[in-house]
Amino acid sequence: MRKTFNPSISRRTVLGGTAAAIGVLAMPSILRAQDRSLKVGVYGGYFKDSFDKNIFPDFTAASGIAVESIAEPTGEAWLVQLEQAAKAGVAPADVSMMSQVAMLKGQSTDLWAPIDTAKIKNYDNLLERFVNKYPDGRVAGIGAVAWYITLVTNTDTYPEAPDSWAALWDPANADKLGLLALVSNSFLLEVTAKTYMGGTNALDTEEGLNKAFEKLAEVKPNVRLWYRDEAQFEQALKSGEIPMGQYYHDVTGLAAADGHPVRSTFPKEGGIQDSGCWALSRASEKVEEAHVFIDYMSQPEIQSTLSRKVGTAPTLKRELLDLTPEEFASVSSDIEPIIPRYDLYQTKSDWLNQKWTELIVG
Amino acid sequence: MRREKPATLADYAPLAFPAIMLSVFFVIPFGTMIAVSFFQRQQGGFYTPAFVFDNYERFLSLFFAHVLGFSLMLAVMVAVCCVAIGVPFTYMLTRMSRRAQIAWMVALLSVLSLSEVIIGFAWSTLLSRTAGITNLLVAIGLMEKAVALSPGFPAVLTAMVYQALPYTILVLYPALVRLDPTLTEAARTLGASPLKAFFTVVLPALRTTILATLIMVFIFALGSYLLPQILGRPQHWTLSVLITDQAIYQSNMPFAAAMAVFLVLVTLGMVTLTLFAGRKREAAI
Repeated sequence: MRKTFNPSISRRTVLGGTAAAIGVLAMPSILRAQDRSLKVGVYGGYFKDSFDKNIFPDFTAASGIAVESIAEPTGEAWLVQLEQAAKAGVAPADVSMMSQVAMLKGQSTDLWAPIDTAKIKNYDNLLERFVNKYPDGRVAGIGAVAWYITLVTNTDTYPEAPDSWAALWDPANADKLGLLALVSNSFLLEVTAKTYMGGTNALDTEEGLNKAFEKLAEVKPNVRLWYRDEAQFEQALKSGEIPMGQYYHDVTGLAAADGHPVRSTFPKEGGIQDSGCWALSRASEKVEEAHVFIDYMSQPEIQSTLSRKVGTAPTLKRELLDLTPEEFASVSSDIEPIIPRYDLYQTKSDWLNQKWTELIVG
Repeated sequence: MRREKPATLADYAPLAFPAIMLSVFFVIPFGTMIAVSFFQRQQGGFYTPAFVFDNYERFLSLFFAHVLGFSLMLAVMVAVCCVAIGVPFTYMLTRMSRRAQIAWMVALLSVLSLSEVIIGFAWSTLLSRTAGITNLLVAIGLMEKAVALSPGFPAVLTAMVYQALPYTILVLYPALVRLDPTLTEAARTLGASPLKAFFTVVLPALRTTILATLIMVFIFALGSYLLPQILGRPQHWTLSVLITDQAIYQSNMPFAAAMAVFLVLVTLGMVTLTLFAGRKREAAI
């Protein structure tokens, strides 16, 4: 789960966010004097601030629907709240930004109201991976924002940019890497499969997963830091203390623009693409407004604005967007990305978590 | 003043408020945690009320035994280091002038105002290769080139001792202030060196206080989960780190609760044993 763009966030603030969200739920909704309104859940912090500033006012002006934005806590706390509220027939937010694993978990209890694709004008222009479907084909969610995790290096230590994820395995990089600490947010099994096993389909079987774990174990001597806190690695990368690792493409770009000696590289196997979906709670009564909102958000102009102002990768096909090559490169790449195997984190999460913890701790 | 036993219900009234607070903010949450630890985990979902031992079963493995063993060992080492530094320090502190004591106390209390996050990041900078203290040693010619002292076990231990030391001193201070100075004076008159007087008179007189301090720091250190993450390698992660992973990132509340209950039980067991051993020795003397 990504604590996006908010480097100072700690677990305490996440908990605080939960408390704040509950506080918001307890307060009577204060809406502007419009007839139509919509409650939209957005990851608290940077995302909510950017959306409140750059996106929601224009949407209200264009559609006449007032938006009440609600700060969602990261992690799965919001999913739990939506789920419990839906059981009681209440929707703390009509539309929420949800992570892919949370989408799948919500599907298991039919939490998401199916989305009528006929009402989304750009539905056919969406990249296929940004449409989240129930097993029976109903659409549960539409891509909201996407971001990349790439191979990052300190330019002082590495004058030449590495071109492959295989650099993580290079014995020359002993004790130099910073990698994400959890199986479900580092997506390193997928990276291993794509780099050495011909693709993430190799993870379909337990045998394949075991092979990936074995290969991944070879990375361990190179890892100096397994991080949960983004600020910790970003700081070490800038100073050259830990000169290589996996990190967010957009934030690394911002750091480089600020003059820090860092670079983000899309390896030839592709960057890791993670994303969030817009999903509608089945308890919501604002089905019509929600479709207007998702339709609005999926327009090429709005996706371009998001890339420029919020720094997210577009969910639509590139040729429809008016982004310059530089603007596009700052948020995305034409190299086919590594898409995480979210299904595994739902069906095999405990097994994977146990294997992973034993791998890195043992 | 004579102490009377409370006779009527009204005499117990002052206890009502702490009793309510304790039950609302401790007993009920703890009871909920015990209940959840027996619930059925739904993989890829949440949990359902049930009475199963799966969560405890999963915990009973060599892997978790190692992690638990490390956590206990770390907490014991932090407690021992804190007391070993804290007792002589506080003893000397109580022998200082009033002004100096106040200055030291203010400095120590200000350490308490720092959050674990700040302490962790400060130490990771201090122990880094690029900006750390080894650069100073290079500058004065004691070292060839700067090295990284973090992540590693010494880094975790140092930061945790730093964090727990003010508490240690605050707990030791009242007992040491009240220590009768004539005891050491008598020992000195009888020919003991200051060092000998400290070890043969002061320390035995403080045995109960030292034991209580050891237990307090031990429990305090056992709950630490940020410093081992920031300053340690994965093999230095405590059980508290793994509990956090399960609760926050895996949303596996039943397993996290089971681990937490187990940790509490082991802690209580160790504290009881220590107290029991302390009492036995006292009886033997």
